[in-house]
Amino acid sequence: MSQVQTQGPTAATRRIDALAAVMRYSTLGALVALLIFNVLFTRHFLAMQTLDVNLTQVAAIVIVGVGMTLVIATGGIDLSVGSLMAISGAIAPIIFLNKVFNIGEIHLAVAVAMIVAVLLAGAFGWFNGWLITRFRIQPIIATLVLFIAGRGIAQVMTNGNLQPFKLDAFQWIGLGRLFAITDVYRGLPIQVAIMIVLVVVAAWVLKRSLFGRQILAIGGNERAARLSGVPVAQVKRWVYCISGLCAGVAGLVVIAINSSSDANQVGLGMELDAIAAVAVGGTLLSGGRATITGTLIGALIIQLVRYTMLANGVPDDVAKLAKAALIVAAVWLQGQGRA
Amino acid sequence: MTASATSPSVSPLLSMRSVSKAFGGIPALSEASLEVAPGEVQALIGQNGAGKSTMIKILTGYIGRDKGEILFDGAPFEARSPQDAQNNGISTIYQEINLVPFRSVTENICLGRESRRYGLLDWQAMHEQARKLLARFKIDLDVRKPLLRFNTATQQMVAIARAIGFKAKLVIMDEPTSSLDEREVAVLFDVIRQLKAEGVSVVFVSHKLDELYAVCDRVTIMRDGRTVKTADMASIGKLELVASMLGRDIAQVAKSATAFGDRRGRIGDVVLTANSLAAGHKVHDVSFSVRRGEIAGFAGLLGAGRTETARLVFGADPLQSGALSLDGAAIHPREPIEAIKAGIGFSSEDRKLEGIVPEMSVAENLTLALMPQLARAGIVDDAKQRAIVEKFIQRLGVKCSGPDQKIRELSGGNQQKVLLARWLAMNPKLLILDEPTRGIDVGAKAEIQSLIKELADQGLAVLMISSELEEVLEGSDRVFVLREGRSVAEFSHAEATESAVMTAMAHGDSDLVAEGSAS
Repeated sequence: MSQVQTQGPTAATRRIDALAAVMRYSTLGALVALLIFNVLFTRHFLAMQTLDVNLTQVAAIVIVGVGMTLVIATGGIDLSVGSLMAISGAIAPIIFLNKVFNIGEIHLAVAVAMIVAVLLAGAFGWFNGWLITRFRIQPIIATLVLFIAGRGIAQVMTNGNLQPFKLDAFQWIGLGRLFAITDVYRGLPIQVAIMIVLVVVAAWVLKRSLFGRQILAIGGNERAARLSGVPVAQVKRWVYCISGLCAGVAGLVVIAINSSSDANQVGLGMELDAIAAVAVGGTLLSGGRATITGTLIGALIIQLVRYTMLANGVPDDVAKLAKAALIVAAVWLQGQGRA
Repeated sequence: MTASATSPSVSPLLSMRSVSKAFGGIPALSEASLEVAPGEVQALIGQNGAGKSTMIKILTGYIGRDKGEILFDGAPFEARSPQDAQNNGISTIYQEINLVPFRSVTENICLGRESRRYGLLDWQAMHEQARKLLARFKIDLDVRKPLLRFNTATQQMVAIARAIGFKAKLVIMDEPTSSLDEREVAVLFDVIRQLKAEGVSVVFVSHKLDELYAVCDRVTIMRDGRTVKTADMASIGKLELVASMLGRDIAQVAKSATAFGDRRGRIGDVVLTANSLAAGHKVHDVSFSVRRGEIAGFAGLLGAGRTETARLVFGADPLQSGALSLDGAAIHPREPIEAIKAGIGFSSEDRKLEGIVPEMSVAENLTLALMPQLARAGIVDDAKQRAIVEKFIQRLGVKCSGPDQKIRELSGGNQQKVLLARWLAMNPKLLILDEPTRGIDVGAKAEIQSLIKELADQGLAVLMISSELEEVLEGSDRVFVLREGRSVAEFSHAEATESAVMTAMAHGDSDLVAEGSAS
């Protein structure tokens, strides 16, 4: 081992690392600070109810944010996720309400509805990836196509009608609970469980799998990745497909909570919420460095800031300003880290 | 013999004297000079990094200078921006010319200098202006038609006309012919002669020596940020031109047989055969072969098509015609991954842009190409990776704090070693090294050079490209000379003397060595 000499990092790189560390822990620190603030100043904050509300509201953003993190890790962006949620949310009731063909057994109908909805969103995601890799269209433009057209497709599928429903077998995904303890704990909302599973799996894939490595290599230096034999087009298509699948799941969660599907409303503005969570979480927006847990923390921070303000009587419009300020701060920190 | 060239009888239009410029402490120009007489076509040549571009950028206002003076049209001159330079009569034509194909010829020519009347565009005046400008270059066409209706040569002319405008006293052409075919080049040369006849001066940057002799009056040669020679085109031979660019003294070029012959016995069967490769504007007809245990070197001037040829072999760019075979079997790599699977490795000339993934660790960079083999069921085997990485760190003497250090924190030489290891870990049949020692310090350079020889000794077939002639001549068992996209000569190590190879680089054949010894 005599040849492996230590080359001390230069002052400049040490500064960058210090900043990167600040960035990494500043998001976590911000979350902790927010929690402490709320414990001290927000009434009833330590109630189970509060945790429930916040986790439930953040779940859809995190589910979409997981796919978005992978997309951004390759140096891309996916604007279509909100519209894909609308498509998924539109097709599922059509199937389980037996509008097209009659599936007698309701559980089977729900299962078919969920699978078809999620796969359809995934297929549209694949289409995004195909546009981007086949025609070398910039991701922001390519996914703008479905951002615009996707909601239109959802409206055509539903003739622009609201689809109300009351179906426990389906709404389980938005309202159901796991591990309930009588009189003590109402149980973990299913959507939160889905969120946790997705976060854990995606974080592990990004860190340990060949696919994760390839994603980060493409985002870090696409030309070098291609010259090293990384199947760039194939990886990108999968990443956009996964983003679509995540949006599909989130779409189901949202309509289940609402007991209705409105193609005009489902997933509206979701792309920006998801991108904000990714940015605040510390993923490099230019690609090559990504953190799934960061995205989770980022989404929690945004949610908690909004909750804190609402709980303390600040109007929602002002809360939006705070969200914007958070994003600016996160992006500024990133710029510092790379300077 | 070049004394006459340095003192033009008339006062010069442009005179740049002792201009210096450093980037981050590293000098790009040191005391460089350039003098252009009115109505003169002056060639500016030099290798990559010689300082030509810096010189031009200072003159055209893209960057400032640290030291030196510039006189233009008899007065001290400093362009604050490219726009400012253009307004003062210095126009620049770049390799890639950006036009708007769907708009009319007039719109393209008048873009940014539209005539207005009552706040509206005065189309009548603009069409007239466009016609007049084109007439100057003896072009007569319907200026109302969209540009894309005309052939590329005409489009090129429109672009040039636009750049030159009415006011240019000095036109700088930075490799204007690199994407033109022969007919278009001929048209361009007509323009240059026309400009000359009107008293407009031209600075012509090109790597194609024949072109210099066709249109230029004088030549200024740069090397390492300095002006090394200015001469009348008529009085300087191609060989002397090349020797000055490369910094070799041709009078002293002797046949230097280095103590290198002991490997020749170990050279085995042919690994790669390339037959009449052609693609794009840069590669027209290149044939060569590489044998087991052999280092084959590509020599050639900038733009000769060396890198482009290597990329074709690796599947990084599409091959249009020609045949490749590896170990006797035909291959047609359409993507790098196919070439890699066939057993070819390729280390790019641009370490930053196409080599390292800066955010990743030494280990991740080293195993980037090997990754699929390190994964089981899609999961990277960390223990296996670590073992391989540590083996190569030790074998190549990579100086780093450990496999997990980010590669961007390493010195250039150590980054290069990691990139070499990336391919060695694949155990390839053929390794293509494009400028393996560019931009690294002397110590690391020697280490990498001896490493390459060691690898060949162990039976690897190596194709090496280097702009440093010395590196190619000393390191290669066989040298292939490329010139303007064609393989023009092949030398064994013993035959590959500086004068013979330089002659081939300059002329395309080796029967003119006499000129070298004469001058």
